[in-house]
Amino acid sequence: MGCERGYNYIHGEIFEVYDRFEEALREAREAGLLGKSILGSDFSFDLFAHHGYGAYICGEETALLESIEGKKGQPRFKPPFPASFGLYGKPTTINNTETFASIPYIIREGGDAFLALGKPNNGGTKLFSVSGHVNKPGNYEIPLGTPFSELLELAGGVRGGRKLKAVIPGGSSAPVLPGAVMLDCTMDYDSISKAGSMLGSGAVIVMDESTCMVKALERLSYFYFEESCGQCTPCREGTGWLYRVVHRIEHGLGRPDDLDLLNSVTANIMGRTICALGDAASMPVQSFIKHFSDEFAFHIEHKKCLVPKDIQRDGSKIYVA
Amino acid sequence: MLEIEIDGKQLQVPDGSTVMEAATTIGAYVPHFCYHKKLSIAANCRMCLVQVEKAPKPLPACATPVTNGMKVWTHSEQAVKAQKGVMEFLLINHPLDCPICDQGGECQLQDLSVGYGGVESRYQEEKRVVGNKDLGPLVSTDMTRCINCTRCVRFTTEIAGHMELGQAFRGEHAEIMPFVEKTVDSELSGNIIDLCPVGALTSKPFRFGARAWEMSRRKSVSPHDSLGSNLVVQVKHDSVKRVLPLENEELNECWLSDKDRFSYEALSSSERITRPMLKQGGEWIETDWQTAIEYVANGLRSVKAENGAEAIGALASPHSTLEELYLVQRLVRGLGSENVDFRLRQSDFSADKHLSGAPWLGMPVAEIANLDRLFLIGSFFRKDHPLIAQRVRQAAKRGLKVSALNPAFDDWQLPVANSICVSPSEMLVALAKVVKALAEQTGRELSSQFADACASVTPDEVSVSIAKSLSSGRRAAVWLGNYAVQHERAAELHAFAQEIGRLSDASFGVLGEAANSVGGYIAGAVPLGGSAGKNVVQMLESPLKAFLLLGIDLEFDFGNGVAAASAMKSAEMVVVLSAFKSQRTLELADVVLPIAPFTETAGIFVNCEGRAQSFHPVVKSKGESRPGWKILRVIGETLGLDGFDFEKIDDVRSELLSAEGKVDPSKLCNSVTVRIGSLPSVSSHIQRVADIPIHAADPISRRSAPLQQTADAKAPEARLSSTTMARLGLQSGIVVRVRSASGEASVVAATDDGVADGCVRLAGAHSITAPLGSLYGEISLERM
Repeated sequence: MGCERGYNYIHGEIFEVYDRFEEALREAREAGLLGKSILGSDFSFDLFAHHGYGAYICGEETALLESIEGKKGQPRFKPPFPASFGLYGKPTTINNTETFASIPYIIREGGDAFLALGKPNNGGTKLFSVSGHVNKPGNYEIPLGTPFSELLELAGGVRGGRKLKAVIPGGSSAPVLPGAVMLDCTMDYDSISKAGSMLGSGAVIVMDESTCMVKALERLSYFYFEESCGQCTPCREGTGWLYRVVHRIEHGLGRPDDLDLLNSVTANIMGRTICALGDAASMPVQSFIKHFSDEFAFHIEHKKCLVPKDIQRDGSKIYVA
Repeated sequence: MLEIEIDGKQLQVPDGSTVMEAATTIGAYVPHFCYHKKLSIAANCRMCLVQVEKAPKPLPACATPVTNGMKVWTHSEQAVKAQKGVMEFLLINHPLDCPICDQGGECQLQDLSVGYGGVESRYQEEKRVVGNKDLGPLVSTDMTRCINCTRCVRFTTEIAGHMELGQAFRGEHAEIMPFVEKTVDSELSGNIIDLCPVGALTSKPFRFGARAWEMSRRKSVSPHDSLGSNLVVQVKHDSVKRVLPLENEELNECWLSDKDRFSYEALSSSERITRPMLKQGGEWIETDWQTAIEYVANGLRSVKAENGAEAIGALASPHSTLEELYLVQRLVRGLGSENVDFRLRQSDFSADKHLSGAPWLGMPVAEIANLDRLFLIGSFFRKDHPLIAQRVRQAAKRGLKVSALNPAFDDWQLPVANSICVSPSEMLVALAKVVKALAEQTGRELSSQFADACASVTPDEVSVSIAKSLSSGRRAAVWLGNYAVQHERAAELHAFAQEIGRLSDASFGVLGEAANSVGGYIAGAVPLGGSAGKNVVQMLESPLKAFLLLGIDLEFDFGNGVAAASAMKSAEMVVVLSAFKSQRTLELADVVLPIAPFTETAGIFVNCEGRAQSFHPVVKSKGESRPGWKILRVIGETLGLDGFDFEKIDDVRSELLSAEGKVDPSKLCNSVTVRIGSLPSVSSHIQRVADIPIHAADPISRRSAPLQQTADAKAPEARLSSTTMARLGLQSGIVVRVRSASGEASVVAATDDGVADGCVRLAGAHSITAPLGSLYGEISLERM
């Protein structure tokens, strides 16, 4: 590529990883693996850690580029794509750090070996950040195609021995799946996609039966309401609308036609914005309503949660494993 | 060319076109808010979503490039569904306050909501409220109405050149705001009012003045700078309510400077004169036209009889109409005098006998876009020519390299590749260096008159750099700014600049100070042609017995207001034809005849490119004021002069312009042959550099209350470079007494490293600095 500069953009609220990466860069420079004339060759390449300020949208590739350039993190309209007009207007390849981390293995061992780590069409391993109602939340690297039940087991199983209620398999923007569906899935692109969600970032959020799905959605919608960059109309205005309606339902002020309204508003946001944050805000709403409509209906009709408050309180206690 | 089908219609568009541009060419309207043809594409409002064949989702027409064979539907079910969806989002947080919104009736959101909005809102939650921002005296805000299209942000960044507005915060909390505690101080700020598609940014002076549909829209031409911006003057009940741009791609495009836009407020100023007035026994009395005209005619007759016709002179404002300028010179010449001038701030007239036409820009304004090199000499460019500077700013983005020579620089908000900042007296030397460097660069022979002057100079790094820049361009231009034209040795500056133009094959021109800076020459309101006529400086120096002053504020419109006042004092009769009175006028005049300003008279302004633009009155004359051309006609007729018996203004025009109403190109000429004197040696005295602040330049803008509240109208300061400041033992912020040959003034000192060393920049055309007289020369400063 003839590229001489690389940047590793690290989320602004994560300090330990940033420090660790800076340390790694220092070591690499000392070892002559970065900088001018690497290992005596005519190839020069330097890599920098860039600490962001914590905006979710800066994970979107073009907002990330804007952020590195010192601008407000707002996605760019595409085309042009970063490959032709990227950082500071230069052609840029932009990928997840995890993707780049797979490359040395592929170069060393070959593509077939990498593929063999996973299952056909879903090669390699993947990091899953398991959070939520599990005994051992954390990062787990497993071969793609590993059954979800195994991942759950690695994470210590559902805490308090409760029943698995729902899982968001690929980051908060991925559609939620009922626990039973998830237990039939393997952790790879095809299986999760077939089940109606996506593997996404690999951030697995596990929810047990003490979870009020309306309250969970309220929290997610609030997140997207706060993290919309404000550029495109549907997302800027729509995320606030979604949050307020879900908030209303959660607080006993739901109306009979609210679910239809939510579905219609999400349909108006999806596919109408510059980046995918609008879609990301909409998919949880649609999937929560789709899979847990009885809870929403109960909320609207009875002005309270289907999951009793004491069970919710019990479920939200902090467990020390 | 690319083939595209839009709504079933086949068309070809140039490569790189967007779907929006393609749709516009066939008249297919795609609803939009953030898209504006002169601004960068933001694609954020999402209103222009259209259906594109093979695209899985609707695409924004403004940002989607046309590809060959593309099929687009702008009003298909999918497109309209998307557009309606976006409209609903735009409206949910938009207040339903159209009845009290100034934008009502001319609001893009209101208009489009008729076609794309729902009957009632599905949004039952609380609406967003956004705090208003103080953007200064011209732009009023109702930020709750803002739809975050960022047109205003892009305007300040891209067109005005300085990002004075931005979108702060995220998501629904996003707000358009200036920097903390700052206002929008650009001289082009009013354009954001036009750009705002909703009522978030409205005109502060016009606020609640009238409804859009109540006003008639009448075309006019700006009487201020030399561009001649085209205006739409909006009128209700015979009163000018506001001024908007009339789009003219060759001149102002779709913009106006704030001066063009807000000066109309002066038309209803309390200083308007509405009846003829005579001074009798030191007292002013109002009178009728008959008496006033007879008084003037008798006065002129008796001065002529006693002192000869050459004791009579006329001075006219360069903001007067072509007809007024023509008639005033004909009146004076009819009486037998050649004393007439309109170049009130000019101080060097030695080029006059060599001029064979009106100095002009030397090129059409629209051609600026094609320039790749420009050398600006003596110009407060951005404030003197806001919209020409804007064109240069756009051209600079496409590669135009600007060089400049000035005694003081402001931030022009455009890249200046080479700049020379020297005292006024050193400007000639600086040009001589550039000329010499150019001759060496190009290997061309110097014209003979420059040989001596150039022999004594050695080109330095920056003059060589300018020479290289100019000689390497394909389309270069050299322009003289207002400051250069008003310079004490303007003729030689002109000659040097012309030589630079010749050596670098550049177009050479003069930017021109006022709406009729070219027109004054065309009208013959100059003592040219080998006659014994006196120019403005000579008229003021060897005082005449009778002065006819047209559209002038005595204190502010002359290069030396003190000299003007003393000349008027010693005259027997001073006839003032003006729309406005001032303390000074009332003190020094004998007769005041109220003439109609540009909105109340017909006339022509000839702009810097030699374009004659005629305009009609848009409202009735106020009180008993009358168009200047009519008054001059009656005076001429009363005096029994030849050629004043015409009835229509067209009869006057036909003597000045071609049948098509154009200026004969042979009347435009920048070429002079001037003997170059010895170059001045470096002076150790402090020299004054006087700019004419943008809103102080003419009688109308200096009486516009909102313009006088802007940052551009703040009281003059003595601006010195930090070196000069230290040398004189002064500090920023202290009050200093400034003394000139004519008088003194007290001003605050301020550090400004844009000012040449050894100079003090102190604005003219202001009551505080008026006692200092000349805009040039030595000046002393002392701590108070």
